[in-house]
Amino acid sequence: MSKNTIQKRNSHSARLAKSPTGIAGLDEISEGGLPCGRPTLLCGSAGCGKTLLAMEFLVRGVTEFGERGVFVSFEESANELAENVQSLGFDLKKLVTQKKIFLDHVIIERSEIEETGDYNLEGLFIRLDYAVKQIGAKRVVLDTLEALFGGLSNEALIRAELRRLFRWLKVRKLTAIITGERGEKSLTRYGLEEYVADCVILLDHQVADQITTRRLRIVKYRGSLHGTNEYPFLITSQGFSVLPITSLGLNYPVSTRRLSTGNEELDGMLGGKGFFRGTSVLVTGTPGTGKTSIGTQLVDAACGRGERAIIFAYEESQEQIIRNQQSVGIDLRPWLRRGLLQIHAVRPTVYGIERHLVEMYDRTRNFSPHIVFMDPINNLSVTNKANELQTALIRLIDFFKERGITAVFTQLQPMGEPEAMVGVSSLMDTWLELRNEEDEGVFRRTLFIRKSRGMAHATQRREFKITARGVELESPIASPRRDGRKEFVTL
Amino acid sequence: MKQRSTRPRAASAAAATVWWLRLYVAGRTPKATEALANLKRICETRLPGRYRIEVVDLVKNPALATADQILALPTLVRKQPPPARKIIGDLSSERRVMAGLDLLTT
Repeated sequence: MSKNTIQKRNSHSARLAKSPTGIAGLDEISEGGLPCGRPTLLCGSAGCGKTLLAMEFLVRGVTEFGERGVFVSFEESANELAENVQSLGFDLKKLVTQKKIFLDHVIIERSEIEETGDYNLEGLFIRLDYAVKQIGAKRVVLDTLEALFGGLSNEALIRAELRRLFRWLKVRKLTAIITGERGEKSLTRYGLEEYVADCVILLDHQVADQITTRRLRIVKYRGSLHGTNEYPFLITSQGFSVLPITSLGLNYPVSTRRLSTGNEELDGMLGGKGFFRGTSVLVTGTPGTGKTSIGTQLVDAACGRGERAIIFAYEESQEQIIRNQQSVGIDLRPWLRRGLLQIHAVRPTVYGIERHLVEMYDRTRNFSPHIVFMDPINNLSVTNKANELQTALIRLIDFFKERGITAVFTQLQPMGEPEAMVGVSSLMDTWLELRNEEDEGVFRRTLFIRKSRGMAHATQRREFKITARGVELESPIASPRRDGRKEFVTL
Repeated sequence: MKQRSTRPRAASAAAATVWWLRLYVAGRTPKATEALANLKRICETRLPGRYRIEVVDLVKNPALATADQILALPTLVRKQPPPARKIIGDLSSERRVMAGLDLLTT
């Protein structure tokens, strides 16, 4: 390739026009959307959401970007399509009546067709052209062209016509999604990727431990930067939601404001003022060490100052939490009544980690809390692999930090495996470690600040009690603090 | 007692019906002309005086492509007698056209 063509290509890619899809997350990882005026291949196995994604691209094209669209369906009828996308809150029939979307259901019944002699697929071109002109469409979906191979026997002819079709779409500057079924050795069963060279997106769904995780990957995007990872996605009641691991980088606002833990002595251990606001806090401990109490104390204190908080509980029901915390002197009911506190208790095994994330995102967006308390994060990973929990947490932490929300996570430490959660702790700004230590037949609760970024924190392991008045710290176990502050003396 | 018909009912019905054949084309291409010529020849030999050929040019009437689910061109559709049958291509093989139209038994 000569130097000249390289430069030409580079200058071209710099100006590569994109059509935003309006699909949450997809425009972020594709750096702006699908290639404008060009076809994109969307492939994946049956039932992975190709049709829905393609339809959302059209519907959002109309509702958000004022671009009309044609949907040529080789599989589902207009009624079936309308019903299927109703679950995403799209009123397809209305858009069709308003001539904003044109639906054409192409039926090929091989059994009814006899082939004799030469033919071409001009009929398909005429239908498509008619549809595009009827409504002045800018976007086109062909779902799925591969039905042609099942309906007609002359494969060489179909291939020649497909090549012509993709040229046809480009000449008319139509932004198109072509769907294709996943093949065993190739991306699509009939090798459609051979014809669509600009952008290829792969959808995938895996079932592990009876929970489905859907993933999206941009296999190729000529002339454009794009995220290359596999991104989990969900089909929610508002449509697709692709979850970029972190689209923000590390550039959220950093606060110097502090947040009391609700416990004066604990605040004292944290440089005298508590956590930094908008940071992430991990509380680890073996069973029964008081992790939940530490978290609810913080929540209680925040609500007492009129701040909003959400508790995501994966172990106990709302009633259980309220009752158990009452026994340590924390009454959450007034905060619930006053609308300062929300408790969302759900069994983590109900659905996959991605679903939990979206649930958390949605609730957080709707309530804009100051504090989020998740108890415990282990349970999110019960059915998932460890690295999935870590990626999920990175995303969550970014999400909270971007909003200046202080997030407290508890993690159950398995007995005898104190190093099991190192991978997670590195993501956290503050790490409180709780332990039950046996001392001559008596269990003593201890608390230790393993780390707290950006502050001079106490380094002693401190004994504490959980009493009817909440968490109460006792004097340092190790040598007393050099500053000898009064409040560390045993109560 | 009624005397039984010597011929199967379906065949007699088919024999009585006027065959309504619709040929879809896109413009006056050589292929379209050839298909029409082939069709006329077959009808003259097999269905003399019992057929009607209607040519639909989709370039002029693109909206008509949907009703008969036309993709390939040329396409011949047997509108009458039912059931509808489709033959795609230039109709160059008389035997296959007859098979496609279900004419072999008549």
